[in-house]
Amino acid sequence: MADFSPTEMMTVAAARVLRNEDVCFVGIGMPSAACNLARLSHAPDITLIYESGTIATKPDVLPLSIGDGELCETALATVSVPEMFRYWLQGGRINRGFLGAAQLDRFANINTTVIGPYGKPKVRLPGSGGAPEIATSCGEIFIVMAQSKRSFVDKLDFVTSLGHGKGGDDRQKQGVTTKGPTLVVTDLCIMQPDPVTKELTVTGLHPGVTPEQVAAATGWALKFAPELTETPPPSDAELAVLRALHQRTNEAHQPKAAE
Amino acid sequence: MAVFSSLAEAVAANIRDGDTVAFEGFTHLIPFAAVHETIRQKRRDLHLVRMTPDLIYDQLIGMGCVRKLTFSWGGNPGVGSLHRFRDAVENDWPRPLEVDEHSHAALANAYEAGAAGLPCAILRGYRGTQHGSVNPNIKSVTCPFTGEVLAAVPSIRADCAVIHAQKADRKGNVFLEGIVGVQKEAVLGAKRAIVTVEEVVDDLGDVSPNACILPSWTVSAVVEVPGGAHPSYAHGYYKRDNAYYKAWEDIGREREVFLKWMEEHVMRQGPDAFKRHAMKAA
Repeated sequence: MADFSPTEMMTVAAARVLRNEDVCFVGIGMPSAACNLARLSHAPDITLIYESGTIATKPDVLPLSIGDGELCETALATVSVPEMFRYWLQGGRINRGFLGAAQLDRFANINTTVIGPYGKPKVRLPGSGGAPEIATSCGEIFIVMAQSKRSFVDKLDFVTSLGHGKGGDDRQKQGVTTKGPTLVVTDLCIMQPDPVTKELTVTGLHPGVTPEQVAAATGWALKFAPELTETPPPSDAELAVLRALHQRTNEAHQPKAAE
Repeated sequence: MAVFSSLAEAVAANIRDGDTVAFEGFTHLIPFAAVHETIRQKRRDLHLVRMTPDLIYDQLIGMGCVRKLTFSWGGNPGVGSLHRFRDAVENDWPRPLEVDEHSHAALANAYEAGAAGLPCAILRGYRGTQHGSVNPNIKSVTCPFTGEVLAAVPSIRADCAVIHAQKADRKGNVFLEGIVGVQKEAVLGAKRAIVTVEEVVDDLGDVSPNACILPSWTVSAVVEVPGGAHPSYAHGYYKRDNAYYKAWEDIGREREVFLKWMEEHVMRQGPDAFKRHAMKAA
């Protein structure tokens, strides 16, 4: 078995949850890496959709932005941004959404807006982008992000996108009929919401990770399932595809020698 | 009918101090050259609208042109922060920035409502979030038929929309393709519109009957600025300069470095500086 980094483990574990028949709205960054790894390995026919309007795109390198030319050139179709959000997302055509976050709470609510008070933030983050409506209009949401006390917090500074709200049936009470976050993949573990309370619960650990490590990287008293699975390590084939994808991407984003 | 003019004339005639201006282009065809001209003409108190502020609004904000920003995602895509935007919000530098913050879905709907001549857009949005508690422009309406409560936001009808496109013909009919974003909606919702293009041609050629065309009579000014979307890209012409976007991280971070860079690369330049980036794919 090859050596692998925690980030590689996270990307591979996230990619594995996608299926060939999924129609997936892809967030930029880690979600984009995971979704394209899935497409380049076990789910070659997966429909990847980016908010720039590209439907069923098959980029050879990871886009730096959600609208790189590569996405349009390799897409089945490219629609306008209002059409993307109205007909395809709000219209209920997309069964999976893959998101990242700056902060996540125990009910998988997402903050990507500010650290500190909204009116006078300590850190002004980019904001919501497509996430608030992806989080409520896609059939089901997967979240992938690195885990630390700074990112997995007891209380969000701002609720940008709805997870399970205050827990239990709060999501339904907000008038939302989709499932919301069903899985969180980090560089340490796998979490799933409790079927009743919807509180995130660790159900699996990545190889070599201890429950103490996971608890220490979380800003609340994290719950663990009685039986924890161990995530199978990345296979040689998965690592080869992921590393080749990153290498192609890095080469594509270098300054051109001629300029 | 669209007037063909220089970029300086187009900006002087169509963008005034205090205007609401939407420089659009969703990661693609971003009108960099027109923004640089606006900065050179020292426009002030602008209310800028744009889904993804990108480097262009970082530059306008940092140069003190902006009073208010309506937006939905304010980062450097795939790289990190827009430091000039952050400095304005976090430290009021170079001046305080009023923020009207939305989601992509809401702004996309708002542009479409603007083009449709409606006062507001209605969407199934913002549910379970805090956006409405900090932005008075996010309200709700109840569907008179089903009773469903939906989000409502004001439509976007800018004083001036500014976009970059691939081509115009000699009558000023504009053609764009690829990721078309909200450009058509921004132009049709605005009182005036400036379009910079890669090239002016005799005939738009063999385009699909469903192509994205803005007829000459929907546009105020057309300006030929080859390379005018660099470092973003023009589908069929040149690629996105991702290395430039990465370099912006260091240029934009410190005030002095930023101001020096702007002086050299924007204030002392003209639209011809974009020419070296112009290229047509074979």
